[in-house]
Amino acid sequence: MRLHSRSQKKYLSRGALTVLAAVFAITFLLPTVLTITNSFMSQTELAANYGPVFDSLKGGGNTYISDQVTLKFIPDMVSFSQYETVLFKSPEYLLKFWNSVILVVPIVFGQVAVAALAAYSFMRYRGRAREILFFVYIILMLMPYQVMLVPNYLIADWTGLLDTRWSIILPGIFAPFSVFLLTKFMRRIPASLIEAAKLDGASEWRIFTRICLPQCRGALCSIAILVFIDYWNMVEQPIILLSDPEKQPLSVYLSTINAGEVGIAFAVAVIYMIPSLLIFLRGEEYLVEGITHSGSVKG
Amino acid sequence: MRKKPFWAALRLPQLHSQPPRLLRGIKIPEREKLVKMAFLWPSLLGVGVFFLLPMLVVLYYSLIDNPISHNFVFLDNFIALFHNDAFKTAAGNTLAFSAVAVPLAVILALALAIMLEARIPGKSQFRTFFLSPMMVPVASVVLIWQVLFSHSGAFNDFLSIFGVAPVDWLKSDYSQLVVVLLFLWKNLGYNMILFMAALANIPRDLLEVAEMEGASPWFKFIQVKLRFLSPTILFVTILSLINSFKVFREVYLLTGDYPYGSLYMLQHFMNNTFRSLDYQKLAAAAIVMAIAMVIIIGVLFLLENTFGKDVEG
Repeated sequence: MRLHSRSQKKYLSRGALTVLAAVFAITFLLPTVLTITNSFMSQTELAANYGPVFDSLKGGGNTYISDQVTLKFIPDMVSFSQYETVLFKSPEYLLKFWNSVILVVPIVFGQVAVAALAAYSFMRYRGRAREILFFVYIILMLMPYQVMLVPNYLIADWTGLLDTRWSIILPGIFAPFSVFLLTKFMRRIPASLIEAAKLDGASEWRIFTRICLPQCRGALCSIAILVFIDYWNMVEQPIILLSDPEKQPLSVYLSTINAGEVGIAFAVAVIYMIPSLLIFLRGEEYLVEGITHSGSVKG
Repeated sequence: MRKKPFWAALRLPQLHSQPPRLLRGIKIPEREKLVKMAFLWPSLLGVGVFFLLPMLVVLYYSLIDNPISHNFVFLDNFIALFHNDAFKTAAGNTLAFSAVAVPLAVILALALAIMLEARIPGKSQFRTFFLSPMMVPVASVVLIWQVLFSHSGAFNDFLSIFGVAPVDWLKSDYSQLVVVLLFLWKNLGYNMILFMAALANIPRDLLEVAEMEGASPWFKFIQVKLRFLSPTILFVTILSLINSFKVFREVYLLTGDYPYGSLYMLQHFMNNTFRSLDYQKLAAAAIVMAIAMVIIIGVLFLLENTFGKDVEG
């Protein structure tokens, strides 16, 4: 078929793009959806579907009809048995969930507060010392966790914080990543705004609380969300710094049940996903707005 | 003109850095300077105690023979490290992974952003979908990846339609590819958002002028859009690089301490050395990794400086 007009061509390419985007989107959503729907399957159904992958399910030398995995999105029968087990029969999961909360919440609030102050200083103060310090922060920020592992372990050992939650919380609060990002955001605040406040006799603290913080509210939210997602999923730090299994967060504990009961693992994963899901749904606009905002104040 | 210090390249583009004429020439009192510095103290104290000080100790450890006798051996630990086969494999694998995964994460994210920039319906829904991997817990991602890519996994099932023999993907030479997929799945959404924001900020009039002058779409893309995007490209590249080191989480949960050869990353090496408490090897490896990162980032900044020069204010 020949295309006669430009608009027809445009219409067609737009349709093709939409289809392409939809294909991508489905691929991206697939693992999330799979986790959620599979959490509503009974242990028997899961075993029938995934038996060959997770040997532990076989217990008792059962044989399966097929040695291939069957990907199933819709459960044959919606069952809440996994949730029942997790929520009512085995309190250790809820305990681990609580462990995660008391590790992550102080880190998120602490890191954002410390970073806001530091970023303000970096924005206001200029000079050679500042340049060197900012450079040091960038270098530290770019260090992979495995580089920082050794210093973290050493300091925790010396201060006697090893095996306590503080060994994770304190370095988390002072992590330089959000300082860098917030400085980038705060640079976009029109200097004329600050100069005007200064001429009116506002103190630095006042400028910070009345101009700077409200101006980058979106950025603060977006950074808090990023920090939350990062630490909510932490694995490396607890493995090395917390040897006491009682204190391990759910992110680590979740990986230990993977090998055992798959059904419970799916249900726990969904419960674990709920806070990020809520924050994500409530904060997605903040997240996107914060990022977008960082560029649009330019003019 | 005064010579710029080497870290000037790291300076973020400064907007409105000139004070209004009225204030020019008035010396800022020392007191005010101290107040501005004071905001930094909480962070500086924490960073000093938890990162800088111990980092110096690590540097010291990398230069001595052992923490008991404290003999200065200069580069011996580094030479031993470079003769260590496990380290060589791990460094090679990590380099190979980042060299593939990071450019892909940048290019594909840009492509997705451009795709969503076109007027297609349901833009914000698509945006949400692409960001959704960020909220899935690592451990359940690993679960799904096992279902998909193990020997009897769904992917093999799909391939068998075309008569392809089943492969245990995570224990094959393609294992890095599987992890690259995982990395892309996790990171493309965020990168895409950054690019979408940057694309929206390209001055429309400039594009219109280019169009009126008869510029081809390709020319418009390379000469106008890419130049304006270059600070974002730099930022996304660095972000992806940092994240590419974090993929260890997933690999570790998927395959444990000693995975298939091509998945043995630098982080595995560090973790395993950590367990044996060989502080010298560990310290030397940390220092080597740190130096490598500094060099890579330095080169990236230089590249961005030359390519995006004319658009920065």
